[in-house]
Amino acid sequence: MSIEIVSVNKQFGSFTALSDVNLTVPSGELTALLGPSGSGKTTLLRIIAGLETPDAGSIRFDGEETTDRHVRERQVGFVFQHYALFRHMTVEQNVAFGLTVKPRKDRPSKKEIKERVHELLRLVQLEGLADRYPSQLSGGQRQRVALARALAVEPKVLLLDEPFGALDAKVRVELRRWLRRLHDEIHVTSVFVTHDQEEALEVADRIVVMNKGRIEQVGTPAEVYDQPANPFVFDFLGSVNLFHCRSEQGQARAAVPELSVGYVRSHDIEVERRQNDGAVEAEVRHIQAVGPAVRVELLVRGTGKTVEAELSRDGADRLALGVGETVYARPRKMQRFVGDYQI
Amino acid sequence: MSSTSAQSARTRTEPALVRWLLIIVALLFLGLFLFVPLAAVFAQALEKGWGAYLAAIREPDALAAVKLTLITAAISVPVNLVFGVVAAWAIAKFEFRGKQLLITLIDLPFSVSPVISGLIYVLLFGLQGWLGPWLQEHDLKIIFAVPGIALATVFVTFPFVARELIPLMEAQGKDEEEAAITLGASGFQTFWRVTIPNIKWGLLYGVILCNARAMGEFGAVSVVSGHIRGSTNTIPLHVEILYNEYNYAAAFAVASLLALLALVTLVAKSFVEWRMRENA
Amino acid sequence: MATKPIRRNTVIPGFGPTLGYTVFYLSLIVLLPLSALVVKTASLTWPEFLSTVAAPRVVASYKVTFGAALAAAGVNAIFGLLVAWVLVRYRLPGKRLIDALVDLPFALPTAVAGITLSSVYAANGWLGSVLEPRGIKVAFTPVGIFVAMTFIGLPFVVRTVQPVLEELEEEIEEAAACLGATRWQTFRRVLLPELLPALLTGFALAFARGVGEYGSIIFIAGNMPMVSEITPLLIITKLEQYDYAGATAIATVMLLFSFLMLLTVNLLQKWSRRHTA
Repeated sequence: MSIEIVSVNKQFGSFTALSDVNLTVPSGELTALLGPSGSGKTTLLRIIAGLETPDAGSIRFDGEETTDRHVRERQVGFVFQHYALFRHMTVEQNVAFGLTVKPRKDRPSKKEIKERVHELLRLVQLEGLADRYPSQLSGGQRQRVALARALAVEPKVLLLDEPFGALDAKVRVELRRWLRRLHDEIHVTSVFVTHDQEEALEVADRIVVMNKGRIEQVGTPAEVYDQPANPFVFDFLGSVNLFHCRSEQGQARAAVPELSVGYVRSHDIEVERRQNDGAVEAEVRHIQAVGPAVRVELLVRGTGKTVEAELSRDGADRLALGVGETVYARPRKMQRFVGDYQI
Repeated sequence: MSSTSAQSARTRTEPALVRWLLIIVALLFLGLFLFVPLAAVFAQALEKGWGAYLAAIREPDALAAVKLTLITAAISVPVNLVFGVVAAWAIAKFEFRGKQLLITLIDLPFSVSPVISGLIYVLLFGLQGWLGPWLQEHDLKIIFAVPGIALATVFVTFPFVARELIPLMEAQGKDEEEAAITLGASGFQTFWRVTIPNIKWGLLYGVILCNARAMGEFGAVSVVSGHIRGSTNTIPLHVEILYNEYNYAAAFAVASLLALLALVTLVAKSFVEWRMRENA
Repeated sequence: MATKPIRRNTVIPGFGPTLGYTVFYLSLIVLLPLSALVVKTASLTWPEFLSTVAAPRVVASYKVTFGAALAAAGVNAIFGLLVAWVLVRYRLPGKRLIDALVDLPFALPTAVAGITLSSVYAANGWLGSVLEPRGIKVAFTPVGIFVAMTFIGLPFVVRTVQPVLEELEEEIEEAAACLGATRWQTFRRVLLPELLPALLTGFALAFARGVGEYGSIIFIAGNMPMVSEITPLLIITKLEQYDYAGATAIATVMLLFSFLMLLTVNLLQKWSRRHTA
């Protein structure tokens, strides 16, 4: 089931949550809506679900107009940020809920419901916990119950609002890899909202980067990371250093006179002892080992600006840097954007 | 961006027809059981005109009843205020065994019938009671006298301040008091300058409710008062006597004073609730 | 009862004096007088006690009192839930005023409630003149007792349900809707179970209050022995006849009932927290 979002606008009082959003989510893909808080990503997700009504524009499922269809009839599975499990029901009752509220003629028999629930609990690896109450589960387990509950009604579309937002860092990484594998198994068209670029890059087939109610870029994780459409996307997807440079025959050369701004990721900065072509002279201000990498803060001579370079442990050991020493920094890869975009 | 309930209207509300039906039924119920009786008090009080109304209020027995009611409130509110603060301090700032039992016992007077609240003092201080003979010997009168009325009122208004303050002070914890003490403040300085400003609205709330009940109590006071006109009648008892004498206009005139007190109480209570929400 | 703090590692002073005063004052004002009731009852022999509390007129009063209180609490449970729902969920003009007025039965002295209800429902009263020609007699009948108990118990259910309703997560209703539940199914299967402990607590409080109520009832009840005489009135009647032992015996039965309701409410509170982690 593909989802088409056509010219959707949404206003909350004087706040514009979405302005003229157009997007197509292809069938069977796992799409991430990525953006900072207030970018409109959750609103967009809730409009797709039918939990909010757009002020203008329309939502189509497989080309069929669904904008005015009630959430009840939309057949979407929604996983809430805080799970929204029914506290007074067991895990089994929670998962079965969507099946038991069906009109009598469509409702499966008790036995079928039970089988279906247990099949789903197997799928989310919670088989032994059918009789527990939500309060007796860990965060990760609750998240999986919420997912099983949403899947029970065989939704045409699965929507997840910050699905890993409320979890510990370690559980979060495990669960998102598991979700990726699960999606590869069931292939239901899925959209999830996140503000964590790492999560989006790791899990999604396609990333929609949003900012201030607009879509900045849509692309595969490699596309948005390697070919960001604008400085916002560049900045939001990773660390950034600004080099003020002068264009010379289509080649970027870092130099002092400011003509245009180049964007360079920390790990794309080469730090050398010798002056090479395109390098700027800088002073080492601070060295900090962070896990497998070493971050070096450099003060570019003559500009008063600092850049941050990320080296491998090996690379840093080879250079044997000391604070106060003079080095040469050279961007391996630099991105420049047309227009006066501010970040 | 999460949304407020007004914006997700479609999923969290009922069809307009159901909504209006529910609102109308709720308002009818409230109208029938609250607004009609309230309006009736004032309508009946003024049935015979302002002249009769004022005469009923200015009558010496009515004035004596007002005076006794004020005295009763002036005794019971302060003693229960002090108790409420002290009890809340002990319960909210310290951990000890039996705390839950203590809280339940403090609430006890609320679950006892007012008639029983009066009866127990009759059993203690009445002529046939434990202390009755001794009191008579020393010519002390508690039952059918002002002290009995005050005691019964203290009993029925006992939990009001404490039950407001205990949850409030428990929620506030003791970090601020500990901070004050580590900064060198004495226990009393901490109490007056840190605790009291934090609980003042809750305290006022408890006092408002305590006062309303103290002035309006009927059952308990009725048992211990002896209904001596002009001497042991509070306003509610005076209303009863007038009513039983079929002097309806006067009964409702005096009753309207109590109804006004109730309205003032509701306004003050709403104001304090609003302040507490603002401060939260 | 209370003795030492479990952990003495606090710098806050005043534990001894404040707890001491609390226990002393509580004993003096509440526990000692209440124990007088128990001691006085204990002076009766078991057959004496039984013959008093099981006398036909007393039993009739239990029936009227408990029956009316149960009915009033039931009506309040249903309409209190409705009022709380309307106040929390819907926009209507004058909502704050209505909300404040819900507490009127707490604030209005019971004697005032009693005389005004009785005049409103009397044959020539505002409502009585409408009802009586249609054969519904309220004042001076057990129905009047029920009306008075409904009035004084009204705020309990509203005030216990209202905060729970306010704090319900929006998400659980949205989740139910996403799963295909109708509004009624959502209410019945998701909201009502969440509200049930508060609803039952409010019911129990209203019931207990109704059973003990005196002031607002005696004016409207008619107080006919065996028909519309409530138990608290019977205690006063015995007292006026200087039958202290009889009054005390009946009071003990009512006190036991109060303790039972107190226990019930505490258990309900515990139950309501069972699913909160």
